[in-house]
Order: sequence, then structure tokens, then C-alpha cells
Amino acid sequence: MSSKLSEYLRNRLKEKKILLMTHTVVGYPSLEDNWQMLEEMQAANVDMVELQMPFSEPIADGPLFVKANQEALKNGIDWNAYFDFMKRAHEKFDFPLLLIGYYNSAFAMGHHSFCSRLAEHGASGYLLPDLPLEEMEDLLELSKVHQLNPIMLCTPTHKDPRLQSICANGSGFLYCVARKGVTGAVTKIDPMVFEFLKRCRRYSDLPLALGFGLSTGEDLNQLQGHADIAVIGSALLKTWEEKGPEVYRSHLKELAEATT
Amino acid sequence: MWSDIFQTEKPGYYGQFGGMFIPEILRSTFEELIEAFESARNDPTFWTEYVQTMQSYSCRPTPITYLPNLSKRNGGAQIYCKREDLNQTGAHKANNVMGQGLLVKRMGKSRVIAETGAGQHGVATATMAARFGLECTIYMGALDVERQRPNVFWMEQLGAEVVAVTEGSATLKDAINAAMRDWSASMDDTHYALGTVCGPHPFPTMVSYFQSLIGQESREQILELTGRLPDRIYACVGGGSNASGLFLPFLEDEGVELVGVEAGGHGVESGAHAVRFSGGHIGVAQGYKTYFLQNPEGQMMHTHSIAAGLDYVGVGPILSHLHDEGKVRFSFATDEEVIDAVRLLIRTEGLIPALESTHGLAGLLRESSEMDEDDIVLFNLSGRGDKDIFNIAEALDDPKWREFIHQKSNEYRKASN
Repeated sequence: MSSKLSEYLRNRLKEKKILLMTHTVVGYPSLEDNWQMLEEMQAANVDMVELQMPFSEPIADGPLFVKANQEALKNGIDWNAYFDFMKRAHEKFDFPLLLIGYYNSAFAMGHHSFCSRLAEHGASGYLLPDLPLEEMEDLLELSKVHQLNPIMLCTPTHKDPRLQSICANGSGFLYCVARKGVTGAVTKIDPMVFEFLKRCRRYSDLPLALGFGLSTGEDLNQLQGHADIAVIGSALLKTWEEKGPEVYRSHLKELAEATT
Repeated sequence: MWSDIFQTEKPGYYGQFGGMFIPEILRSTFEELIEAFESARNDPTFWTEYVQTMQSYSCRPTPITYLPNLSKRNGGAQIYCKREDLNQTGAHKANNVMGQGLLVKRMGKSRVIAETGAGQHGVATATMAARFGLECTIYMGALDVERQRPNVFWMEQLGAEVVAVTEGSATLKDAINAAMRDWSASMDDTHYALGTVCGPHPFPTMVSYFQSLIGQESREQILELTGRLPDRIYACVGGGSNASGLFLPFLEDEGVELVGVEAGGHGVESGAHAVRFSGGHIGVAQGYKTYFLQNPEGQMMHTHSIAAGLDYVGVGPILSHLHDEGKVRFSFATDEEVIDAVRLLIRTEGLIPALESTHGLAGLLRESSEMDEDDIVLFNLSGRGDKDIFNIAEALDDPKWREFIHQKSNEYRKASN
């Protein structure tokens, strides 16, 4: 489905070779760190940002994000803290914001409240990696009402009929998972990845984002002409943790340079 | 037929519970597993092969034993128990892993992974892997690895790799998450042998199907022994596999009351327990919808039980459905009641029960004294306790045992200096 978000992305694509989506786990290492990361993202002209709502059982995440989820909860991040942060970020920065999280948060909040809170606090959409299409009927309806983009995940293990129905329900853009496994491990960008992106392209004209295991400007160069958006998550957090804000800035700069 | 319960309207849903809340990357793997399981279930030779395997490898059918001394001592109903403690590796866990092992052979996979809490399911899986020639990796919370060294020792001797999981609360639920993560990368040659009736579809159905052997045998045996069905049946409930296995074949017998006993820990008001049905509420985690012990924002809480195998945040979706339908009643037993019941069973009948199984017994003892002498109650002695000597000796706080450990420890220290 075409939406404000997909229009925005298409417009950005007129000026850039590939777009950049980055990620942060709200509350890890701290809200202050998150804010500083967003400032760096804005400076690097990042195109879209995922704000992860922490959950105690993050089954789709690798070790780095598992720890981040756990620590964020220890830091006392609850729904109010998360949405306050989202609202502040929405008011201050230009890039669209997406919630990424797990379904139990939406289930505990109630679908209606989940969607209305997202809309009120400035989210463009949301991504729940443990919620399959079969369970989304209610949320898909509510998302239309609140003009939210439910982001669908396509994976290389999907058989064509399922890939097709996921693509048909896509909104905003499609999040293509580059490989098997969880977030964080390194992905080899090879013809298999391009072949997979081609399969997704066949079923949808929405912008295609590729995520899981990307980290360098070189990765982005290789993806040009195949994917529309590169998603960098764990790699940036790793840089922040191991090398600090200065190197984080230059990492973002390297990525940003590969987009133009 | 009781087994009609598996014919659900919406695949994998028991009332509002169950489902398949899994990352999309695993979708095809689950579809393949569902297909393999359904085809095995519809092949009558598969069940025969399963029963024969369990006879020759795991001493089945396990008997039902009448407990006259305990019945007399406690007063009221006559007490019988199903001897799952006599299985290979000393617990009902063997039923599930051997069944899944046969399925792995049908699917042609070469590696098996599993989660384990106390280590029982890990040890059972490792024996199955050794027997069937499969590679084996067991995920176990780092805290549990520390607490359950004897089981870790056996898993490693059996050729399994034991991975200590340090994330989250470093216990069973975190081991499940870690196994899921492994599987989402390794599914081409790997089967995840989940150990209980939880997790995404088809695991609750599949594990219940294999474990139902317990109830199928029990129903025939108790009829043969006593000429009638029991008035009440008790089983402990962690994830719920031994309870589901015993209960389901009695589902349509109206005079039989089914009672699940959860881990009361230090008592529900203490907050240190695993009583999901009165302390939890409905949520979605670890791939399925059920009652979870969680805070109002859906974050899972810490649990406690003297029995590591009952120390889990969720409970099988079939049991949640039967709870809501009023077909299974749930109670709980505290750590203290369990210790008393362990002592009593050992002394009166010479049976050494696992701490997990003793929850079922403790729940029974509290109620059966109020029943008539002609009434019959059955509980599932789902595992034996002598292999858990470290845990039980600690639970019973035996001073001579403590002294022995000190002495051993000194010997090792001297030898290594």
C-alpha cells in the first residue's frame, strides 16, 4: 500500500543512491546516550530510525540486542518512558520514527491503545518480528485508521505464496531479512541476497529495505541498485559501546557518504 | 474420543491459547515440522514403532503401584501412583524425546538441539541423540548449569555440547530463547526437540501426543487393578507435559476429576513462586499465547520453586484452555509441603520421588484425607529423586551430607595442590 511514508522514501531516493535506516534500543545504554545517537543520526542525514521498545524475551535478537533489551528494562524503561522519548524525538528530528518491538507489548497495551499511542507520539509505523500475518487482522485495520505503516518482514526462507501475501499486505516499505539467524551476526552480501531481493521486487513496488548483519559503507555500495534502504543496527551499537561517540560519528559519516 | 482435542478449529489453537508467534525466518521450518508430525500421526506404524521403542529402551509400560502404607497414614482415599520414575533417565521426559527422535529420523536431520532447566530434558535428549547417532547441543541457563552439575556431567559424557546461557534470568525461559535463536540459523539440518507442552504450534500438540502414552496406559492399568476409574488424578505442572500426558486420555471420563499442582514456592503472597493460574495473566511470549507470570506491561517476572523443573513463567496452552473450560482444576504446593511429602513417601513406601513430582503428591495428600476410604486417587510419580541427590539432600538440609561434601571438596583441593 502506498502511504505518506512510502512517498517520503521515494522522494529521498530521487536524491540518494540508497537510503539509510538506523536503530537504537530505547533506554540502552541510557536515554541520554540514545538522544546523543539520534543527534548524530540527524547530522549524518539518516533517512529513517527504528526505536526499539525493550522486551524481556527478545527471541529474534542476537546477543548484543538481548543484553540491550535487558539493561534497558533494568534502567526502568516502561511504556511511558518509551513514548515520552519518542515524542521528544519526533518533535526535534526530521527522520520518520518506527517502533520495533515484540507483540506482547502491543497485546498487553491492547491493540487500540497501541495504535493510538503510536500515532499520538509521532510514529510512522511499527515492526513486530514475532507477529505473523495470520494474527494481524485487527492491527491492520487499526493501522489504517491511525495512518500507521505496519512493516512486513520478508525472509529468504519464504516460499513464494507466503512471500506474495506478505508483500501484498506491505505498507511503507518491506523489511527484507538478509539471511537466517538473529540480528548482529555478519552477513555476506552475495548473489543469493540479490536473488532474494529480486523475488521480493517481483511481488511489490514498495521500497525494499535490507537488514541483518550490515555494517560498513562498502556493504551499502554493494547493495546499490538491489535494495532501496540499508538497515544498520547492531554494528552501530557495537561501535558506540566499544569505541565511543567520536568513532560512532565517523561510522555514521562513512555510511552516509556511501548513500550519495 | 479424547484425542479429538487435537482436532482444533484453528490450527494450533486451543480456545484462545496457543498459536504460532514466531519470527518469519522460521515459518517454513515449522510448516515442514507440522507436515512431518501430521504424516507420522496418520501412519499407524509410527505409533507402533514408538510404543515398541519405549518398551525395549525405556521399560514401558511403567506400572501403577498401590501405596497402602501412605493411604493408611494419610487417611481417606486409596492412593496409587503411575511409575514414570522407572523410565530410561528416570523421568517421563524420555517419552517425548524418543518420539521426537523417531520423527527426526523420518525428517532426515542430523542434529538436535534442546533447552533444559534442571537438566532432565537435556539428559534425556542427549541419550536419544547418542542412541540415534545425532549431533546434540543443549542450552541451559548459566544459573542452572551451576546448580545442576551432575546432569551437565552426564550430558557431556553422552557427547552433547552444553551451552550456558547468560542472558535474561539465566534460567529455563532464557534457554528456550537461545535454542530458538540457534534454530533460526541452523534449521536445515537441525531439529529443535522442545521438552514440554509449550512453545509455538505444533510443540504443545506433538509433545502431548507422545506423552499421552502415560494416560493411555494408566487408564487400562487402573481398570485392571481396581475394576474402575480413579475419582481424582493429580500431577505437578511446570510446562505441563507429565500432567497433559496423564490427564488427556481421561478427559471424557466424567467421574474423574483432574487436578494440576503448580509450584507454590515460598507462597503466592511472597512473590517467589511459579503459580501461573492464580498469579499470572494471558500474554504472548516464547512463540505462544497462554497464562504467563508477567508484569502489567507484559515483561516476564522471575519465578521460584524448590523444583527447578517447575520454575517456568508460562504453562501449556492446552492446560490453559482446560483450566478456562473448568475441565482441569489447579492448586499449588509450597516448598515446605513438598519437603514433608518427600520424607513421607520415602519412609512409608520406599519410593524416592523427584521434587517436581512430589508437588502432585503434596496437593493430593492435602485433599485425599477428606475423601472416603473407597475412593481412589492416582498421581503421576513423573520422576525419581535419587539422581537428584544434591538437590534433595540440600532441600532436606542433611548435616551429614554437608559434611561429606566438605570432606570431598577438601580431598579435591589437596589433590590439585
